[in-house]
Amino acid sequence: MHFAIKELNTSLGKIRDLDISIGRIEEEGWTDPVGPTPFPSLASLRNWDLTLLQRYRPFYMPFCDLCCLCTYGKCDLTGDKRGACGIDMPAQQSRMVLLASSIGAATHLSHARELVDRILERNGHQKPIDVGGHNVEVEAPIIRLVCGIRPRTIGDLEEVLEYLETEVTQLLAATHTGMEANNLDFESKVLHAGMIDQVAMEVADIAQVSAFGFPRADPEAPLVQLGMGTVDQKKPVILVVGHNVLPSIDIIDYLEHNGLSSDVEVTGICCTATDMTRYSPSAKIIGPISWQLRYLRSGIPDVVVMDEQCIRADTLLEAQKMRTPVIATSPKNCAGLPDRSGDGAEEIVADLVAGKASGALILDSVKAAQVAVQTVLEVAPERSHFKVLPSTDMITEKAGECTQCKLCRRSCPNDLAIPDAMKAAAKGKFSLLNEMYDECVGCGRCEHACPQGIPIHSVICAAAQKQIKEETFTVRAGRGAIQDVEIRQVGGPIVLGEIPGVVAFVGCANYPKGGREVAEMCMEFAHRRYIVVTSGCAAMSAAMYRDDEGHTPYEMYPGSFEAGGLLNVGSCVSNAHIAGAAVKIASIFARRNLRANYEEIADYVYNRVGAVGVAWGAMSQKAAAIASGFWRLGIPVVVGPHGSKYRRMLLGRADKKEDWSVFDARSGERVYVGPVPEHLFVAAETKEEAAVMVAKLCMRPNDTSKGRAIKLNHYIDLHKRYMGTLPSDIPLLVRTVADIPLTMKSDVLNILRESGWSEHSIPDPTLLSSQIREKKGVR
Amino acid sequence: MGSTDPWMIAEVAGPRRASVITKAEVADAIIRRARHPLLIVGSLSAEIEVDDRKLIDYLVLLAQKGGIPVVATAQVGKDLLERDLTPDRQMAAVDIAQRLADPLWKGVDGKGPHDLAMFAGLPYYLTQTVLSGLKHFAPAVKTMTLDNVYHPQASWSLSNLSLRDWVTTLRSIIENLEE
Ligand code: SF4
Ligand code: SF4
Ligand code: SF4
Repeated sequence: MHFAIKELNTSLGKIRDLDISIGRIEEEGWTDPVGPTPFPSLASLRNWDLTLLQRYRPFYMPFCDLCCLCTYGKCDLTGDKRGACGIDMPAQQSRMVLLASSIGAATHLSHARELVDRILERNGHQKPIDVGGHNVEVEAPIIRLVCGIRPRTIGDLEEVLEYLETEVTQLLAATHTGMEANNLDFESKVLHAGMIDQVAMEVADIAQVSAFGFPRADPEAPLVQLGMGTVDQKKPVILVVGHNVLPSIDIIDYLEHNGLSSDVEVTGICCTATDMTRYSPSAKIIGPISWQLRYLRSGIPDVVVMDEQCIRADTLLEAQKMRTPVIATSPKNCAGLPDRSGDGAEEIVADLVAGKASGALILDSVKAAQVAVQTVLEVAPERSHFKVLPSTDMITEKAGECTQCKLCRRSCPNDLAIPDAMKAAAKGKFSLLNEMYDECVGCGRCEHACPQGIPIHSVICAAAQKQIKEETFTVRAGRGAIQDVEIRQVGGPIVLGEIPGVVAFVGCANYPKGGREVAEMCMEFAHRRYIVVTSGCAAMSAAMYRDDEGHTPYEMYPGSFEAGGLLNVGSCVSNAHIAGAAVKIASIFARRNLRANYEEIADYVYNRVGAVGVAWGAMSQKAAAIASGFWRLGIPVVVGPHGSKYRRMLLGRADKKEDWSVFDARSGERVYVGPVPEHLFVAAETKEEAAVMVAKLCMRPNDTSKGRAIKLNHYIDLHKRYMGTLPSDIPLLVRTVADIPLTMKSDVLNILRESGWSEHSIPDPTLLSSQIREKKGVR
Repeated sequence: MGSTDPWMIAEVAGPRRASVITKAEVADAIIRRARHPLLIVGSLSAEIEVDDRKLIDYLVLLAQKGGIPVVATAQVGKDLLERDLTPDRQMAAVDIAQRLADPLWKGVDGKGPHDLAMFAGLPYYLTQTVLSGLKHFAPAVKTMTLDNVYHPQASWSLSNLSLRDWVTTLRSIIENLEE
């Protein structure tokens, strides 16, 4: 029940704008039956999880042999030893994975909560959810699927948030000492955390799209500018870092209301940047998370505004070195700054401008915006002559102090050959330093290691000055959801396998060899007419490339959900739309009931929708949660080599025939379908290995022969190109002669003959006995 | 630099650390003693220059002279083929590690489980995670690394070596195998 009262006279006084909702949302006009698992709790989907985990067994690679979580510790869990609480290594590793995924889910959830609370406060409960007008009728596919409700207004999202908050608390509780004991049960909870995370992300993004006028499922969302070279340094420059767009929106609004929009550059790093360009296309994206140090040290930003998530913990220190005032705006990241929320804006501005305070915590984003703008206008002219990066002479001088101790290289996550570059730079040759710029993830560890105090990261950036100036790219602003009509058009070709796959490049920027590899992979698959989706930092990296004619990938490929499309859905929380698209294929194209029907829909997606996630630079706990959400839906995820540090993989065993049978839903017979998809979570060592893996992981049991032939064609072609041979597992992937790509027929037939291959049938595949239509046949 | 500190300084693993191979003869003895060794060749082996050759050239010699089956990770199979060595398998590093941890697995050549897995030319941190998986979950498989950096997660590792010492060691290992 919901009611609103404009004004009420009571014995306590006058109450205005009373807005009350009681109980669960009424579902007027929604006739879909409620499925078996509305608002699932920790163990509701355990059977589905265990079904997946039986096929994709966790392989643990402990990052540390010890546990030190309680005062019994440290406990050595090496081999089959157990800790003082009785836990063994597999359970401990899966507990760490659960912790990471729960942190990730909590982070997106708290972000969603802040957005919804603010919108409720300003717009009331009745603000309608609108993510794409008439083009999007299934506006919240994940919420429908998981919760079994259909939210119509922002107020309706509160019930969802309360459910999610309960679940995250339960998940966290399960990691306590002496709680969950079994690794597979931990893993089931990891999948639960991932699903909860997906709902939280959906809440966050549909709320902000509805309330702030972001592009609504728009394939032609504007192209916006990206890169350090795009900043007009003649203007005062604000940098906003983080993920929660609220302070950025208030800054943009303040500038507009005061006629200052064209006088100040608003620039951003990480998902805040993505989301503010969805609000105002004139805002500029600097780059992914790894650009924080280099941009701060460039001296270009005159004021830094921090919100939440993935912000370097030394931002204040770095900013102080540059005499750049910092404004913290989130209670989750107070950065040790004094709380000035109750002070007048003028007073705070005066202190920041005079350098009396290096920063301020302002937990009122409207005031924070006012302070940021007024401060930047005053400090920028003073800062304009502030020279920061070392000159070439200084590079040579600093490099000359290097003793070749190699401690920098041994601290560098990418093992970059810094000592060699220093040796050359000491002789005035900067090319090696410059070359490292692309592969440097901007972590600063080398500097902390250097006994000579050489500012290594700054020296690298100084050597790459020309390249930095040329960082002028375009990225399509995050479009949000996928339209229902787009799903209707491609649902069939995807499910039949004729569009070879949907490849989603998501996640952070902890790349092994630079972000360019993401752009190259995106183009490889878009060119092959896969549907390529991007989000978050990966969406930015995909933009940082120009072809010979100067086009960026987003200019080369259309932004629609179609074969050969390259579409940026938006920030981290927009990842929900990628899972949402897979779910909508089941609902809109296949007319399956979504409502509270998780298992059936996940089974559908797993067996039919050839989607793969690639988190090439996955670093964060949020990325862990996002991946977990994909796994529960049966969507495989490939990470880069650094992703092996998530400490466990979910790997199938292609060599075990018994692992790869499904039910034929028509007869209930168990049918061998081959190892498709082979893995649910796997780290690739190189871009080339990843590309081949992605092509293979797009195969599904439901592929028609025509579809399988197309998929095999790409897999074999990529394998030949990168590995130099035909893949040895062809016999496991060909079901009938009709599956063989025409142009490869003789080669493939030879391999099949040599292997003793025989044909097998293509079933109507399902892992669930509940989906068998003819029950008599069940064995 | 301490010769048995992890190459990446923070990669301290735990109480059980790799024994250091101080002489080529030790490596040879380990290989000779193994019933069914396996060599896992990583992507960097085709990039890392060792003297006038690439690391991969030494690994090819080792595999050929020792009759050791080879797994190529990433795209290094192509580089092996160019050197007339057909790898027994092309697999991701984590994939081969999981197979090795299965005591019932018949090995890359179907001749039974491997009891020694040698690694070279993978990114340091990936080698560490993969070796950790084997240390904990493959008690029947011993691991040895041939990179010129110390890998605490292995059963046996070379120490942090200069290029010159590394070349000498690799050459000796290969020559001794010939005998
Ligand atoms: S939680 Fe268990 S394994 Fe960890 S330190 Fe405590 S007793 Fe040891
Ligand atoms: S800042 Fe760059 S060069 Fe320095 S350790 Fe990090 S990645 Fe390596
Ligand atoms: S740590 Fe410093 S002194 Fe040592 S090699 Fe690196 S740059 Fe040179």
